[in-house]
Amino acid sequence: MELLAFGKTGWGDELFIATLMTLAVSITAMLIGFLFALIFTPLKLSKNKFLNLLANCYTTVIRGVPELLVIYLFFFGGSAAIMFVASIFGYNDYIEINAFITGSCAIGIISGAYSTEVFRGAIQSIDKGQFEASKVLGLKKPIHFFKVIMPQMLRLALPNLSNVWQITLKDTSLISVTGLVEIMRQSYIAAGSTRDPLFFYSFAAVLYLLLTFLSMKIINRLEIKYSKGY
Amino acid sequence: MDFDLMISSFPKLLNATLITLKLLSLSLIIGLMLGLLFSIMRISKNPIINKFAYGYSYFFRGTPLLVQIFIIYFGLGQLEFIRSSFLWAVLKEPYWCAIIAFALNTGAYTSEILRSAFQTIKPGLIEAGKSLGIQTRIIFFKIQVPIAIRQSLPAYGNEVILMLKGTSLASTVTIMDITGVAKYIISTTFKPVEVFIVAGGIYLFMTFIVHNVIKLLEKKYSFK
Repeated sequence: MELLAFGKTGWGDELFIATLMTLAVSITAMLIGFLFALIFTPLKLSKNKFLNLLANCYTTVIRGVPELLVIYLFFFGGSAAIMFVASIFGYNDYIEINAFITGSCAIGIISGAYSTEVFRGAIQSIDKGQFEASKVLGLKKPIHFFKVIMPQMLRLALPNLSNVWQITLKDTSLISVTGLVEIMRQSYIAAGSTRDPLFFYSFAAVLYLLLTFLSMKIINRLEIKYSKGY
Repeated sequence: MDFDLMISSFPKLLNATLITLKLLSLSLIIGLMLGLLFSIMRISKNPIINKFAYGYSYFFRGTPLLVQIFIIYFGLGQLEFIRSSFLWAVLKEPYWCAIIAFALNTGAYTSEILRSAFQTIKPGLIEAGKSLGIQTRIIFFKIQVPIAIRQSLPAYGNEVILMLKGTSLASTVTIMDITGVAKYIISTTFKPVEVFIVAGGIYLFMTFIVHNVIKLLEKKYSFK
C-alpha cells in the first residue's frame, strides 16, 4: 500500500493523473471517431459507387490492420507529414507533434471505422416507412434527419456504441508505446523503478476494470433513457 | 514512395508472417478448448463454478490485452516460487508468455460466444433427445455442439480476426512478428508509409482469407 501513497513517496497521484489521461485520450478519440463516422456513414449509404468504395476501403483497411501498426504509422509518420506540409509553406524547422494529439488521432481513426459500421447498421435497420412518412409530410432535410432519424438511430446504435467505447478505452493502452503517460506507461515507469511489475500491472488491470465497469453503468442509464416509449 | 524499400522489406515481413501464424493458431487452439470449458462452467447451475467462470471472462474482457501480456511476462517472473518451479522454463520465454496471454484472452471471448450459442438452443431439441432415450453425453456432442457451432460461427469469425490483430502485441515483448519487423524497418529507415502498406497488406490478406473460410463454414453448417 505504501507504493500507492500520494505525494513524493508513492505512485498514487501519478497513477491517478495517468487514469485521467487515459480517460481524456479515450474521450477525444471517441469524438474524433464520431467526426469520421459523420463523414463516412453517408458515403457508405450513398448510391454513388466511387464514394461507396472510398468508405468501404476506410472501414475494411482500418478494421483489418492491427491497431499497433496504425499507431506506429502515426507516431513515425505524423511529424514527417506535417513537416512536409509546412515545407511547402516555407517552414523548414523540425516540428514535433504532441503524443496526445498523435495518439488520439490514431485511436480516433480506428474507433471511427467501428462507429461508421455501427451507425450504418442502425440507419439501415430503421423502418423504411419512417423515411417515406417524413418525405410525404414534406419535412425539410435537416428536420427529417435530426428529429426523425437521429433519435431512432441513437436508440438502435447505443448498445453497439458501448462496445466501440470499450474497444477504444482498451486501445488507448497501446498509445503507451509512443511515450504518452497514461495508465500503461505510468505502470511501466513505476514497475521499472520499484522492480515490482506484478503489483503495478495488476493495479493497472484493476484501473481498467474500474473504468469499464463505471462506463457500463453510465451507458446502461443512457440506454434506459433512449428506450423510453418502447 | 520508395518502391525499392517496399520490395526489399516484403520477404522479411513474409518471414515474420510465419511467427504471426504460429502465435495465432496455437493461441486459437488453446483458447477454443478454454472457451468450451468455461462456457460449460457458465451454464452450470453450481453458483461457485458459475461465478468463477464469469469472473474469468469479466477480467479478460475488461482489461487491455497489453496489460495481460505484461502481467504474465514481466509480473509472474517476479514471484520466487514460479522462478524455482518447472513453470519457469515456459514463462521465461516471451513466445510462450504471449501465447498464454492470447489463449486466456481469446478463451474468455470464446466462452461468451459459446455460452450465448448454447443458451439459444431451443429446449425442445434437448427434450426431444431425452424422450428418445439418448444418453446425455451423446445429446451434448451430437445435438448441442453442432447447433452451437453453427450459431457461433459468425461471432467466432470476428474473434479470429480480432485475435489476428491481437498477435501484433507480441511485438511489445520482443517477438519479431509482422508488426515487430515492421517497427524495426520503420525505425531504421524512417519510411513509415511504405512499410505500413506492405505489412498492412499482409494483414489484410490474412483477414480476407479468414473471412472467406468462415463464410464457407457457415454455408456448410447452415440448415438446408
